[in-house]
Amino acid sequence: MSFTIKVGLASCGRAAGAVEVYEAIDKYLSKNKIKAELKKTACIGMCFSEPLVEFVAEDGSSITYGKVKPVEIPELIKQFNNRSPIKNNIILSNHLKGSENTNLNNQVRIALRNCGNINPESLDDYLANKGYQSLEKVLNEMSQEEVIEEIKKSGLRGRGGAGFPTGLKWSFALQAENKKKYVVCNADEGDPGAFMDRSVLEGDPHSIIEGMAICAYAIGADEGYIYCRAEYPLAIKHLKKAIKDAESAGYLGHKILGKNFSFKVHIKEGAGAFVCGEETALMASIEGQRGMPRIRPPFPATSGLWGKPTNINNVETLANIAWIILNGSAEYSKFGTEKSKGTKVFALAGKIKNSGLIEVPMGMPLRNVIYDVGGGMLTDKPFKAVQLGGPSGGCIPEKLLDTIVDYDSITKTGAIMGSGGMVVMDTSTCMVDVAKFFLNFTQNESCGKCTFCRIGTKRMLEILTRITEGKGKMEDIDTLENLAENIIKGSLCGLGQTAPNPVLTTLRYFRDEYIEHIMNKKCPAGVCTSLIKFEVIEDKCVGCTACARKCPVNCISGEVKKIHKIDQDKCIKCGVCLETCKFDAIKKS
Amino acid sequence: MYEKILKKYPPDQENLIYILHEIQDSNPQNFVPEEAITVVSEYLKISAAHIHGVLTFYSMFSTAPRGRNVIRLCESPPCFLKGSEKILRKLRDLLQVKIGETTKDGIFTLELCACLGVCGNAPVMMINEDIYADLTEEKVEKIIAEIKGRA
Ligand SMILES: Cc1cc2nc3c(=O)[nH]c(=O)nc-3n(C[C@H](O)[C@H](O)[C@H](O)COP(=O)(O)O)c2cc1C
Ligand code: FES
Repeated sequence: MSFTIKVGLASCGRAAGAVEVYEAIDKYLSKNKIKAELKKTACIGMCFSEPLVEFVAEDGSSITYGKVKPVEIPELIKQFNNRSPIKNNIILSNHLKGSENTNLNNQVRIALRNCGNINPESLDDYLANKGYQSLEKVLNEMSQEEVIEEIKKSGLRGRGGAGFPTGLKWSFALQAENKKKYVVCNADEGDPGAFMDRSVLEGDPHSIIEGMAICAYAIGADEGYIYCRAEYPLAIKHLKKAIKDAESAGYLGHKILGKNFSFKVHIKEGAGAFVCGEETALMASIEGQRGMPRIRPPFPATSGLWGKPTNINNVETLANIAWIILNGSAEYSKFGTEKSKGTKVFALAGKIKNSGLIEVPMGMPLRNVIYDVGGGMLTDKPFKAVQLGGPSGGCIPEKLLDTIVDYDSITKTGAIMGSGGMVVMDTSTCMVDVAKFFLNFTQNESCGKCTFCRIGTKRMLEILTRITEGKGKMEDIDTLENLAENIIKGSLCGLGQTAPNPVLTTLRYFRDEYIEHIMNKKCPAGVCTSLIKFEVIEDKCVGCTACARKCPVNCISGEVKKIHKIDQDKCIKCGVCLETCKFDAIKKS
Repeated sequence: MYEKILKKYPPDQENLIYILHEIQDSNPQNFVPEEAITVVSEYLKISAAHIHGVLTFYSMFSTAPRGRNVIRLCESPPCFLKGSEKILRKLRDLLQVKIGETTKDGIFTLELCACLGVCGNAPVMMINEDIYADLTEEKVEKIIAEIKGRA
């Protein structure tokens, strides 16, 4: 009997110990002479259960185990062979018996089609899954215009944040007259809470290369750059291997597949600057400059890298291309809403059970995304808000959870689709604090070119800090709104233009919370340290000294069997005493 | 001593960031020293001021010596929601340094950074090129001890 064992070795898996699991399986198989194929794959999206091991039987039925430990390997293999794999860490199964997880059932996987299924370091694996068939189809059967028409008809919009129609963008680059043109892949993913691009880069690098090659053919480019943030070393490693393999197999390079089309791809690494995700800043960075955005127009399609016409697309956008060409635009636009076609990958993070990556058809209500696909809240604390679109986005409250995911509906709430990060928050989150956090991020990452973005965000941050410290005034709210308006108007690039969104949406939906901080000097969620206090409830304290021993700043005094006391001047409000006390004798107010 | 690195890249400005990365990575103290700037400036025929500008723009570059292992703890909201503050406190405790400082033995530098793209397994930190996720205080203690043991 032969079967296959796949281990997810993406960054998330590795961090959870997947390499050790892989090695344990390898050792066990060879030691016991078990005939099974051991395969490396990347992330299937269930980051919440890493390390993940999938067993695939000869008939294709499979079972996936989550949170696998190296010591469990012999038992899992034995159980699989006996076909009775009922064990509590089963998280997914199709035919074999086991508790089902609906996580994958509600998904439609197009951009993520190969992630977690194939070995990203194997060109053969990609080819066995229809890899490079679209490129062949394009080169053999389609004119440049036909390719662009097909992408236009699919309705695909850019997944990098702005949602610009991809086919239209390509047509501009085709129209630009120049012998030299470039294709750029934006792999600088930097929105806090977004990791869809990392997963595709790590898990299916050839799909990006194929998408870029099709784009290059369509617009008449012969050179491409992938700009990847340096924080993604595994993605860079996989990309480098994929480019080399594609070159050797003739899918990249001179006269590809014997046709009159040549295309080579380079990788460039960033060095830790969020603003380099903005397209003009990104191109400046590729050229070896400081990554500062510049005024558009001219748009990259007319003047991009080294002044040449350039088409720039996001990783996820490009990952859809080959699928659309192969299956047809009609098949793609079957999914989605009138103005947002196809599927979208979302990164679920925060206080959600199934944190990880999912891909669902556009038009699914947020509620279903969070509760059905995402598995609902992590703890029994109820839902409070979901932050969409990272630092450029906004917080959507419970009452708007029936909003569907498409560009226009999300924008109406004051948030944006952005790159697809969804940060779920429960009632233990302070919304003023969250707004402050996101603004702190944009403030840090502002390149400093525009005064409003540089100074305006700083002023807003100061005000928010004041409010969270209980020193806010009611006028501060007006000032925040004023500053926000001016920053939006006075900034050159999307960073400044969207930076106030987290503040504006929390002011819109959680204004009461701001007012509570200002008027009553209270943080309703009990987060803002200046506004909370930890005290010992004397009736309940038994003097066990547990809290005093755990306190990181030694601010709790009291002898054994005597009532303890917290020194309020020294207390840093970390809450360790509250967590430690077994007698509910610590009160937070 | 930088020739070996420079030789790998044609003398075009577009290779500046790569070269700086390599110089920093090959330096045991994880930084780009002043004398390297002069050498690179001559090689690429661009001004030292430009190189300084680039070095200070990107957060991953350092012009001051750092520890052999640079710890970068994610301080972005998804990690914060999952308790990155506790992890920071633990790291400061264990290493006896403040943010941005290097331990006396030169083994670690503690830095904060923005999202590392592993938010599904928050809280997250990166030590050199390795990602550590789903951090707990106990896990951090183990990781630090292990790296110390190797040093
Ligand atoms: C501050 C800022 C950061 C950005 N970061 C990214 C990013 O990390 N990845 C990305 O694809 N697009 C990012 N964008 C959007 C790009 O400028 C650009 O619109 C996108 O790469 C176009 O690709 P698309 O049409 O496929 O979406 C960012 C924009 C701004 C203003
Ligand atoms: S927020 Fe910490 S890794 Fe993304």
